[in-house]
Amino acid sequence: MRLAILASRIRVEEKSLIEALRQREIDFEIIDDGELLFDLAQPDARWRSFDAVLCRSVSQSRGLAVLHVLEHWGIPVFNSAAVTALCNDKLLTTLALMQAGVPVPQTMLAFDAERTIEGIEKLGYPAVLKPISGSWGRLLARVNDRDAAEAIVEHQETLGGYQHHIHYIQQYVEKPSRDIRAFVVGNRTICAIYRASQHWVTNTARGAVTENCPVTPELDRLCVRAAQAVGGGILAVDVLEDPEQGFLVNEINATMEFRNSIAPTGVNIPLEMIEYVVSSVSERVTL
Amino acid sequence: MAQCPECEANVDVAGLIVGEIIFCPDCNAELEVLNVEQPEVGLAPEVEEDWGE
Repeated sequence: MRLAILASRIRVEEKSLIEALRQREIDFEIIDDGELLFDLAQPDARWRSFDAVLCRSVSQSRGLAVLHVLEHWGIPVFNSAAVTALCNDKLLTTLALMQAGVPVPQTMLAFDAERTIEGIEKLGYPAVLKPISGSWGRLLARVNDRDAAEAIVEHQETLGGYQHHIHYIQQYVEKPSRDIRAFVVGNRTICAIYRASQHWVTNTARGAVTENCPVTPELDRLCVRAAQAVGGGILAVDVLEDPEQGFLVNEINATMEFRNSIAPTGVNIPLEMIEYVVSSVSERVTL
Repeated sequence: MAQCPECEANVDVAGLIVGEIIFCPDCNAELEVLNVEQPEVGLAPEVEEDWGE
């Protein structure tokens, strides 16, 4: 077994994956996505020497492009390009979840300032505006009143790129000062954390504090269904607790960060990831 | 020892991995390890719009 980890930079997560690979005595190579030059018609021997490639690119667009090329060449990748493309796009994720009957916050889409404000007012204040791509809680806006709505939409229309002119409007969920991040590997929710913050944005990248969240059968079923809705693999499912509607799946991450989740859960997440890749590759070989 | 490109302080990269992000002990600049055999660090790339999970 020989694996590659595609990375942009070596963070705590990549170092712990390297440790897991060493623990399992698996031969591996770290490949810097910035150094790549592909001749699309000619897969080189270096790539063919890997049984699988685990994408850990911090650049979502770069990682997705590499996944497409490697899949085209028949090299097993984790997660797949299709899963990664879905998860990189909040609109596509929401549609996939809805199609699978997974509960999501009420969401509207508009392309024009006037219609966007109409959509916000249909959902009621406060509402949430998000870019359809992006991560780490960046550029999320809780819109508390019409003045704020007009200002934010004008900024998006004037300052944003074309992607910011697709207005993804979401119901604001009155969550209990926390959300849930569940880690799904294959068909199991291996662990989950609460991300608690006094701020309404509860990403750990924005300072939220983590603690273990028990994986109840209900949470496990929901998160596995959500993961399968986008194609499955190694995924982090973000769940909101709505006082009336119960669990709502907010988004799914295909290149998950987990440094703050190992200690509170006691689960060796990087080792679980590597075991999943190894078993998936072994199954393919057997077939 | 590598040299910080910002303040020229000595930066120890022993035991680190190429691509790892560290901070200069003197000026706190965010640095990327470029080479460990012939110690070299560069300024870490700025976070871009498409970076994330």
